[in-house]
Amino acid sequence: MAAKNNGDSLILKLVWENIRFRPVRTLLSILLIAVPVTLILMLIGLSRGVLEDSGRRTQGIGADIVFRAPSSSLISFNGASLSSKLVDLLGQEPHVTLATGVVNQPVAGGIDTITGLDIQAFNRMSGGFVFVEGHSFEKADDILIDAYYASQVHAKAGGSINVLNRPWHVAGIVEPGKLSHLFVQLPVLQELIGATGKVSQIYLKLDSPDNLKTVTDALKAKFDGYPIYSMRELLSLLSVDNIPVLKTFINVIIGIGVVIGFSVVSLSMYMAVLQRTREIGILKSLGASKGFIMAIILAEAFAMGLGGTILGIAFSFATRSIMHVFVPASLPQAIVVSWWPIAGSVAMGAALLGALYPGMLAVRQDPIEALAYE
Amino acid sequence: MNNGQPSPEPIIHIRNLRKTYDSGKVSVEALRGIDLDVPKGEFLAIIGPSGSGKSTLFHIVGGLTPPTSGEVVVAGRNLSHVGDAGRTELRAKHVSFVFQKFNLLPNLTARDNIRTALSIAGLPTDPFDAEFENVLELLGVRQRLDHKPSEMSGGEQQRVAIARALATKPTILLADEPTGNLDSRNSLAVLELLKDLNERFHQTILMITHNSDAAAFGHRIMHMNDGQISEV
Repeated sequence: MAAKNNGDSLILKLVWENIRFRPVRTLLSILLIAVPVTLILMLIGLSRGVLEDSGRRTQGIGADIVFRAPSSSLISFNGASLSSKLVDLLGQEPHVTLATGVVNQPVAGGIDTITGLDIQAFNRMSGGFVFVEGHSFEKADDILIDAYYASQVHAKAGGSINVLNRPWHVAGIVEPGKLSHLFVQLPVLQELIGATGKVSQIYLKLDSPDNLKTVTDALKAKFDGYPIYSMRELLSLLSVDNIPVLKTFINVIIGIGVVIGFSVVSLSMYMAVLQRTREIGILKSLGASKGFIMAIILAEAFAMGLGGTILGIAFSFATRSIMHVFVPASLPQAIVVSWWPIAGSVAMGAALLGALYPGMLAVRQDPIEALAYE
Repeated sequence: MNNGQPSPEPIIHIRNLRKTYDSGKVSVEALRGIDLDVPKGEFLAIIGPSGSGKSTLFHIVGGLTPPTSGEVVVAGRNLSHVGDAGRTELRAKHVSFVFQKFNLLPNLTARDNIRTALSIAGLPTDPFDAEFENVLELLGVRQRLDHKPSEMSGGEQQRVAIARALATKPTILLADEPTGNLDSRNSLAVLELLKDLNERFHQTILMITHNSDAAAFGHRIMHMNDGQISEV
């Protein structure tokens, strides 16, 4: 058998044995590195999940075009500043077979939205709700909620819930996926929020999808300054990249992740270098170069970064499950696989950066002092 | 192999070696003008009280610390002129240490301790060559190669430490109180092993000791006092 130098595998073995030798310190470090990974993946998952959920529900109404008020933001559907008269006006446009306006109002601190709708027009456009329990609107204080929201607030048809500082009778529970999680009759919500004769946006159904571009172009020419989107266009815009506030927020969280990862690994490796002073002295007495010792420190940091990344990914599944149990309507979290390498790179980068200073300390250690260390 | 007698060729050549440690405002002169020649294949015992400078001499010859002044040539390298990288290379390829406290890497088995030394020296780690297998046999550690230091007795650990030191076939073996942590039976065994290695493999050995009985195993005994050689 030919003799071979297994230097790299020996470094890996040394790192593995070092990690195994102090399991509590290793596990704590990995756990702490996992925190920013989880934070990043959870935040991205929530952003993506909320937007996708919103997109699905918007699509669920079955409209072809969305007509919105000037200066309305892409993700904020609240506020009713469009005149209801526009609904009739738009309904008379060529190729438009149906137009309906809705009012959206944030509830629960803005996490959820209640929608006021014209149930007959909505039914014609979307095919109507599928009822899990109960029935449609009968009285002014009737509210319909989807199954996710019902599960979140433990509500049943015939019961009562408090929304917008007033009690509502839960007339029915519907299957999710259409426009919102909570629905009341349009005039009731208009009056409640002081927006009588106003709507937040108007949905248009066309006679044929082939006329989509013609109608959209005509409307844009006629109603200059109004955001007018085809449904496909609107859905494509519902992404993290198109929402500057969300992007900034995510960058802040990534920054925090880097700081946490850096600090954790730096402290952990600093402790490790102190604990292994004598071992570093032994390696130096054997003729280990600065590069060899730095490679061991960095390899250990890399291993912890990798462990933290894997654990962080596992935790992001756990947070999704927890949120699905407790707040399925308000905070749907997606698993965004494409962000795993990004979150992993943040953790690894922070871990390697954090290991540099302790690594330099180890490299610079005087071998005689290190060998005398007890 | 030879007959166990040192050749006249000096493998260590030291002239007017001085070493001063500065700690704040105080300077301590640990070595004060050492002259020494060690021929290849010699087993030299250095004896002296604590603070006599024998450990400092050992560290300089082993490339663990640079000399302050003077000429120190070890295995053809002038240590007065090489930097940290040069001393690191000397330790990896030409000089090996055996310490009083064994200094095995605690997380690794005996085999991996030896492999680590080989790997650092850039030598093949697998399998061990036939000559080294003989050394392992002589040291009586072949059956202990897959044990970690914590699973071995002090005597076994020191024999593994000697095996690790010899694995790279160093020009010089530096032994610092190699029997200091051993009982008399194991001490005698280790000293006989060192003598045997010197005689069989012509291994140059410098051994520091407090013990005059241990020193008697060397070809020569060098006494040190106050940073100087007092008697050879």
